[in-house]
This record gives sequence, C-alpha cells and structure tokens, in this order.
Amino acid sequence: MSTPPAIVLAAPGTNRDHDVAHALELAGAAPRIVLLAELLADPGLLRDAQLLVLAGGFSYADALGAGRMWSLRLAHGAGDELNAFVAAGKPVIGICNGFQALTSMGILPGALAHNASGHFQCEWVKLAVPASRCVWTADIDPIECPIAHGEGRYVHPDPAALAAAGLVALTYADHNPNGSVAEIAGVCDASGVVLGLMPHPENHVIARQHPRHGRGTHRGLGLALFEQGVRHARQVG
Amino acid sequence: MASGARLTIRTRGTDPRSAALLADAHALGLTQVTAIDVSDLVFFDSYVSPAQQVAIEGVLVDPLLQTASWQPADAGVDTELLPGVTDPTAQAVVLALAIVGLAPIGIATGKHFAVTTTEGTPDEGTLATLARSLLSNSVIERWAPTPIAPSFVDTQATAESSVDHVAIVGLDDEALQALNRERGLSLDLAELHTVAAFYRTAGREPTDVELETLAQTWSEHCAHKTFRARIVTTDGTEIAPLLQQLRDCTTEIAAPFVRSAFVGNAGIVSNTPGVTLAIKAETHNHPSAIEPFGGANTGVGGVIRAVMGTAHDPIAVTDILCFGPTDLPADELPAGVLHPRLIESGVIAGIADYGNKIGLPTVAGAVLYDPGYTANPLVYAGCLGVADDAPALPGPQPGDLVVVIGGRTGRDGLRGATFSSATMDATTGDVAGASVQIGDPIVEKLVIDAMRECLGLYHAVTDCGAGGLSSAVGEMAEGVGAEVDVALAPLKYPGLRPWEVWLSEAQERMVFAVPPANWAAMQAMCARHGVEAVSLGTFTGDGVLRVRAGALEVLELDTHFLHDGRPQRVMTAEMPAPYRGDPALPECADLAATLLALLAHPDIRSKEAVIRRYDHEIRGATVVRPLVGEHHDGHADGVVLARPTDTNGVALGIGVNPWYGVTDPERMAHAVIDEAIRNVVAVGADPDLVSLLDNFSWGDPRRASTLGALVAAVEGCCAAARAHSAPFVSGKDSLNNEYLGRDGQRHAVPPTLVITALAHVPDAGRTITPDLKAAGNVLLLVGATAPEFAGSHFALIAATPAPAVVPAPDSQAPARYRRLHAAMNRDLVRSCHDLSEGGLAVALAEMAIAGDLGATITHLPHPHLTTAWFAESTGRLLVEVDPADVDAFVTAMDGDAFVLGTVQAVATLVIDGVEIALADLRQAWKGAR
Repeated sequence: MSTPPAIVLAAPGTNRDHDVAHALELAGAAPRIVLLAELLADPGLLRDAQLLVLAGGFSYADALGAGRMWSLRLAHGAGDELNAFVAAGKPVIGICNGFQALTSMGILPGALAHNASGHFQCEWVKLAVPASRCVWTADIDPIECPIAHGEGRYVHPDPAALAAAGLVALTYADHNPNGSVAEIAGVCDASGVVLGLMPHPENHVIARQHPRHGRGTHRGLGLALFEQGVRHARQVG
Repeated sequence: MASGARLTIRTRGTDPRSAALLADAHALGLTQVTAIDVSDLVFFDSYVSPAQQVAIEGVLVDPLLQTASWQPADAGVDTELLPGVTDPTAQAVVLALAIVGLAPIGIATGKHFAVTTTEGTPDEGTLATLARSLLSNSVIERWAPTPIAPSFVDTQATAESSVDHVAIVGLDDEALQALNRERGLSLDLAELHTVAAFYRTAGREPTDVELETLAQTWSEHCAHKTFRARIVTTDGTEIAPLLQQLRDCTTEIAAPFVRSAFVGNAGIVSNTPGVTLAIKAETHNHPSAIEPFGGANTGVGGVIRAVMGTAHDPIAVTDILCFGPTDLPADELPAGVLHPRLIESGVIAGIADYGNKIGLPTVAGAVLYDPGYTANPLVYAGCLGVADDAPALPGPQPGDLVVVIGGRTGRDGLRGATFSSATMDATTGDVAGASVQIGDPIVEKLVIDAMRECLGLYHAVTDCGAGGLSSAVGEMAEGVGAEVDVALAPLKYPGLRPWEVWLSEAQERMVFAVPPANWAAMQAMCARHGVEAVSLGTFTGDGVLRVRAGALEVLELDTHFLHDGRPQRVMTAEMPAPYRGDPALPECADLAATLLALLAHPDIRSKEAVIRRYDHEIRGATVVRPLVGEHHDGHADGVVLARPTDTNGVALGIGVNPWYGVTDPERMAHAVIDEAIRNVVAVGADPDLVSLLDNFSWGDPRRASTLGALVAAVEGCCAAARAHSAPFVSGKDSLNNEYLGRDGQRHAVPPTLVITALAHVPDAGRTITPDLKAAGNVLLLVGATAPEFAGSHFALIAATPAPAVVPAPDSQAPARYRRLHAAMNRDLVRSCHDLSEGGLAVALAEMAIAGDLGATITHLPHPHLTTAWFAESTGRLLVEVDPADVDAFVTAMDGDAFVLGTVQAVATLVIDGVEIALADLRQAWKGAR
C-alpha cells in the first residue's frame, strides 16, 4: 500500500501539529510539517501532497477571533492552490483552530463562537457519526477523544438544511460541551473532502491515551478517522 | 482623536464575558448592578473613509458572530491598555490591514462596558467603583467614562542616551539607607557598605546602570541571601547554610540518575539511557498579587524558559495555587488588596492562557485556601522538559557572540527582582506599575520551535528572567567577561534609556553564547520560525563585564565582584519547639456529617472547574490525567506522562501542607515529601527513582522565629530525602511573603513548602488510578494510623482539644512503598489512593466517587473512631485488590496490609455501620462552586 504524502500546515501558534503528524504516520501517510510562511513563499508545495491538515492551536494568539489571521494570510497568499487542492478531490481536515480557519475562509459553512461557558474547556467527548457526504467519516464507529478549546460553539443559521445536505459529519453524542447548535461537532463541504471538527481525534490514536484505559471501558479510537482520510488520499492520488 | 475613528465590535447574542462580570460584581457586593454588557473597541488614529470602513469590517468582524458600529459610543466605561503594555490585538489589526492592502494607521484597542443597575443608569460613583475594582486593572489599563480618549504608542519618541553617576562613596549610614529607599535597591546596610568600599577603591562613583545591576544581582530573588546566610540560633548553635544542607543531602544520597543538581536553570535527571529530564518550579507571588492574570501568565512563561535554559524541550506544566477565602466579605478586605475571588479567577485564567497557547499540558497541581493568603497569594508554576542525547554545553567561550533571541525589549517589568524581594505595602500596586506585564506565549512557542533546530549551534544558553539582560548576560559572563552594546537590542518602541534596556524584564527572551562560525546558521533557523535574533556583543575572556549604548560606556564591572563580592549575611534563628508528646483525643459527634463537611471544604472539594480550564491532553502523552474514573471526575494522586512511542513514562506528584507548618515545620517538611512520593508511588512509579524539587514561600526571615521555622523545615526536608533516598535536584525560595496593611499590621503567609516529585514509571501501559474498579474487590490499608490532628483538616472544621501533634515521620514508609511497587508490578493492585487531607474517610469517599461504586468497611484501623476516620498520619495508602490476590498482596507487603472491607455494587458507602449515600458524597464534594 502506498504512503501518501501529507502536509500538516502549522501557522505561528498552532501547537498540535506534531500530534496530528503522529496520527497520520500511524494511519499510513507520510506527513511533513510545513510552516505557513513556507507555504506562502511556495504555494506549489500543495501540488506534491495528497492530504492536507490544518492543525489545532492558537494561530496568531487568536487575535481578532480564532483562526481569523490564519485564514486571511492563507486566502490571500495561497487561496488558488488551496482551492485547486480541494477541487482535485484531495482530502483536507481542519482540527480545532484549523476548523476555525476553514470556516473563516468560507470553505466550510458556519462559524465558531465562544463556548457557552465563556471559557476554555478540556474534556473527553463521545462523537456520533451521522450519515453524511464526508469522506473522512464514511463507515467509522463513534469516536471518543478530547476537546480543548475556548471558541468551539458551532453557529449556523440553518442547521436543519446543513443536515439535509449531508454536511453534518460529527455530533456530540452524550453531552454538548460548548453549546453548539444541533450538537454539531464537525461539518464537511459539499464535496465531502473537506472536514472541520473541534475535537481532537489525534489525541486518541493508541489505547492508553483513553482516560478509562485502566477500567477496560475505553473505545472509539480517533485513529479510524485518519485511516479513512488516508484511504481516500490513496484513491485520488 | 478629532480626526480618528472608533469601531465597536459586539458579540451577537449574549457575550459570555458579560455573565462572568455580573457574577463578579455581585460577589463584590455591587448587588444593584443588573447587567454589564462588554464589547471590544478598536481605535484608529486618523480618518477612516466609508470605503475603508467596509474593508476593515471585512477583516475584523465575522457577520455570523459579531456586529460592528462606527457610531459614537453609548454611556458606560471604556478601558484601554496603557501605552507600552504589549497589545497583541493591536499588532494583529495592523498586520490584518496590511494583508488586505490598507495603508498603515495607528491602532489602539480597548473595551467598552455598558452598565445597567436597578435604578436604570448607574451614577458616577457606582461606575467608578466598578471600573476600579472589576473592569480595569490600573497596573496595565486605564479607564474613563465613555468615550475614552485613546493613546497611541509614540513611534517617534527619543531618549537621551545618557548615564548618571550616583554618589555613594562618602555617604554615612543614614544617607546610604536613604539612597537604598529612593532607588528601591532592597539592599541591606552591610551590602551598601561593600558597594561603597568597592567604588572607594576604584576611585570613582558607580553609574546608575552599575548600581541597578548590583542591586538586581544581589537581590534575595537572584542571590538567595537567606539560603546562603550564616545562621546562628538564639541558643548559640551554628547552622550550616540552608542551601549547603540541601546540596550535601543530594551529594550523600549519590543517586546515579542525577545529572545536574542545584546548578543552572533546572535540575536534570536521567531514568532511561540517552534521555534526560529537566525539572524546575518557581513562584510568581508578588506580581500575581497586584496583576493576577499577568503575574501568573508570566510566571508560567518564566518557568518554561528556565527549562529551555537547560536546552531541554518543555513537555508539561504544573501549578500550585494558594488564595485567600473566596467568600471573604468585601468589608474585611485589607486596604490595597484585590479580592481573593478576583485573584483566583485572574490567576487561573493567566495560567490557562499561557499553558494552553504555548501548547503544553498543564497537569499536576493543587489549590489551597487560607486567610493567610488573602493579601499575599502564592502562585507556584513548574515545568518538565525532555532531551534526547542532549549535547553537553561547555559554557561561553572567549570570542562567542552574545546572542539574544525572541521577544523585543520594552519597559516591561523593570526592577522585578528587587520588587519581589521587598515587603509589599498598600501602595505597592501603584508604585510597581512597570514591574509586571502580559506575556506572549506564541512568541515563546516559536522560540521553543527554533531552539529545537538550533541544538548544537551554541555553547551556552540561559533565559532572561528577573533582572533581564543584566542577570542573564551577567551570569553567563561570570569569570569570562563580556562586552555588549544595548543599542543593538530590538525595541518594542523607541525612547528607552540604556539602563531600561539593560534591566527590562520583557518576556520571551533567551540569551546564547554562539561561536561566530555558527551564527549564520542560527540566524537562519530563527528566521525560519519568525523569531528575531541579534548579536549584542562578545564574550571576551578578561572577566570584566562592559556595557555600552553605542559609543557611550554605561557599565564596567569585575564579574568576580558582581557575583562573589556580596558579604555573607549573618542571621539569627529562633527554633520552634512544637509539642510532640501524647495528644488529647478529639471526639466527633456526627461522623457522617463531618465527612460531608470535609468533602465540601475548599481545599478538598473537587477542583474539576479549575482543571478543565487547562489543556491536559496536548502532546498525547498524558496517560494518567488529573481527572480520572468512571465519569472522568475523580482526582488522580499523581499524573503520568509518556510519549505515545515510549514504553516507560514519568510521574509527577505534589506535596504541600502549610497547616502542619504553622505548628511543626520540621514534621511538615517530612510529611509533604512523603506525600509527594506517595502520590507518584500510587500511580505506579518506582520509589527508587524519585527526584525532588523544594519550593519555599515564607515570611520575612529577618524575624528570628520565621527563620527558625525555615531552618526546621530544611532539616525536615533533608531527613526525609535521606530516608527515601530521593535527592533534591533543584529548588527556589520566595521570602518576604508579607504584607504591611494600612492598618499597620503585618500579614505573613503560612510557611508553605511545595515539594514536587518526579519519578520513573517503568510501564506507562500499566498505571494505577484511585477509582474503585469492581464490586467484590477487597480494600486494604497499608501504613499505621495514630491520633495526629494538629494542622489536620478535621481540626480546621471541628473543635480539637490541646495538645495535638502534627503527623510524625514513618520510618517504615520507604520499605512499604518499595513493596507496594513490587506488588503493582506483579499486577496485584486494581486501584490505589494516597491518604492525605481528611484521612481515611475522605480517601474512601474519593475512591467511591471516582469509581461510581460503593464500599462496605467493616474493620477500622484504630479503636478511636475520630482517629480511624479523620487522622492524617503519613505513609498510608488505600489499595483495592482482587479477592483471589489478597493473600499474595498481604504477603508481598510483608504483612503490612490491613483488610478494611469490600467494594460494593451499590450507591452507598458504609463505614463501620454508618451509611452515607454516594449521591450525598458526590454532592458535597462536587457541590456548587
């Protein structure tokens, strides 16, 4: 089986780039962490990759709103190449801050607002996988993984229309940690290749990372999501 | 402002900040306030055309989330950051406008607060009270009734590059003391005499830069004068210097895993071949008292840099916080002191902000409450780092460049070291204006990334902390000498005088000694990560430190005098004489009610609300996290970290108990070391591979009884470390944690020793947590129980007759922990929990809550009921064992295991016939916070 080349895009202040690179390795890809400045200097780097990750963290310290500065720079510096990447059907995932940047660019619908609690929250969640267009979540079981964000409340004026269009890829299954509309944790674009989600499946890629590992009731590896993305990258590559 | 513009950005729907502000206002007694509506302000220093307004909104406002207005403001309060305080939002606005092609324009940012009261519009007095006590912090912000006239950073400012000479040579004692006060030097008379004598010999007066540099280097904060002092007790006994005692103790233990102890920025150990760990904990108490967010924020940033200063990659952060009672009535608050509730929320937000943004898990910690911390909160932050096959650093070599990388230099934090070494008074918040600042974790994160790629390119590294360049360059130049030009330092804004550049405590800077041949490579690595790097000069080899500002010479000091010229302090200690005889036995009329009250005590109750504010998952290495169990809401004893690709891991545990210290500081020290080690043993760490950090926060050591308590605590530390063969690898002391109120009374903190234990976990896939696992399992107690109640949490909530004793050291504990660890390795232990505050009953309740299982306890470890339930004897752990393994476990423990009862699949805890519903235990422990 091929190991598709993947780019993990790191903006100044993203901080889960190494975590997601490790997840991609386990899922069978060959990840390379590319700094935003390097991509802006040479947007053609995207042409050599078959999978793209926008990593989580606090790009530009969340100044002006989470993901806002990142999306501005990316859209103005490498927007055409990014659109071509998506148009070619290559899988893209934005996690947490990466999700915020993708909604801010308009590649994904909706927006991420401050948590209903008003502050940062770190806790484990269970994610249900509704039927959707998303290539990343096709045929996967429910995932358990942590959230770690202050601005993760998904906002959309018409969540029913989103669901009807098959764009709701992941929902919070047992409790809604941040007040997201319709329990939405992740959405995809109309083509299904771009997924954005607030939780961090890259922090549950081996069993002992689960908080209930010692109780024997751990399940729902997040690795499954990356394996699906890599599988799709192989098909289009 | 006449030609400028003001953009108000308001969150659609309810802004979550508004609800938090309203709750805080009510807690401060401003119950007439019914709403505080917050919005963000961006000020532009020149005209913004309607077309530009549209473009700016396109960049700054998300229409799904926010609304924008360019209209004049409604009534209310406006705040803005003081000029010179780092304003990342304004910087981002400038960058964003440039990206979309708008012409450069001066930017300032602030907040607007619309306030409603029961009367409708608030009167001026209410607004002013709100603005002062809640909406702004005068250390970093100013406020005005709406509309505020914004101030923009003056980018054209110039400062005369000049140096003043300060007359000291001929001064008498009175004049020396006056100079000391006037310049805030925090030196004592003997030290002032030494400085005067030095310059008398040199035949000149010191420059202002030299005097400030000496004051910083010789400050309690930097020089640890008390820990190096010659101490004589009131009965004439000579005591070895405290730092010497701790070092000797480590030398005697001679643990093979210690790589570096008590030198450099952090302790370094190696538990696995090729891998070293660096560990350090520090305090940031005084800054957190006057600006809680910024103080705690930069405290975290500072201790992370300490680990970076050993060329290790930071991997985790710890925090231990001590606050006054958060329900303190507003009228009992001492003058000039922030309310504990505001200090608590600011400190926690500050720690969360730095740790979360820099991308490190914030793991082990504790939160304590005591009236003794009301005016002087304590904020301990620790950091753990790792390095694989780290190259040895030879230290600065003659000819190496003095390289500074990271953040720019501003007027931030001037004189922080001397400030932290002084007793605070009611005016401290006013005069210390420049001594704290807001950190920038993203800059430090980028410095970490750059440093990872610069390994091997430098001969030495240290962080810029208290004292700024004067400390960092001064320490590195010790014995070698250096010549630097402060005019080459990149500045946040122009107009800084040479001494300000030299002493600024601007955050996020690291100093390196770089061979000239590697300089280009290092610059390239830094540039790749967007990190500024400059060379300020060279290490010379002549042992003299010289500082210039362009052509102007501002400092020339022999580094031997700078570092070794300070006269040793001679101090007097009055040793405590705690009662250690037979104690009186306290009676408890209602055991169940007392247990519930203990579970609800602020020190014991669930800290979930705090812990969840910190990211403890990032890096995927947190195997035992602070919250564990069936519903992820029980407290773990220690935490275990292991890189996803590693088999083994490390455990971190914390021990702290100031209440013991009030009565018996020596036993306190022994008890908290035992607690820290118990915590790591409980999660599966090897008790033979434990390293310790000691962090003391104490009152003024010039008071003989305060110093006596410190001496006793150090003696307890050394005895306990020897007993456990657990060496100290680093430590830090924060003294003068006292507060002189306008009432004339002294407020000192309880003697607070925080011990951090770092230990090796042989198999991170097989760790132990305290949550009960399965009905039918047997619960056993290891360790002995005695009626030890002095400083116990039972004594904090119930009448306890005198005399009482602080828990005594248990000489059997080290052997017990080894046996327990061996039993864990044989897979005989299902869950394990250490007994600490509240004793056996609290520990049982915590295990039941965490496992969501009941238990029936039929045998008590002591005939006296109150003792059995609530005594806090050290060296004890609760262990859950499969019934088939009980005999094997008891044998493995060499008989030191006492069967208490069994785990039950019912929602009840039954102790000796007293039934308490699990729901009631949970309600008491988790309650409303």
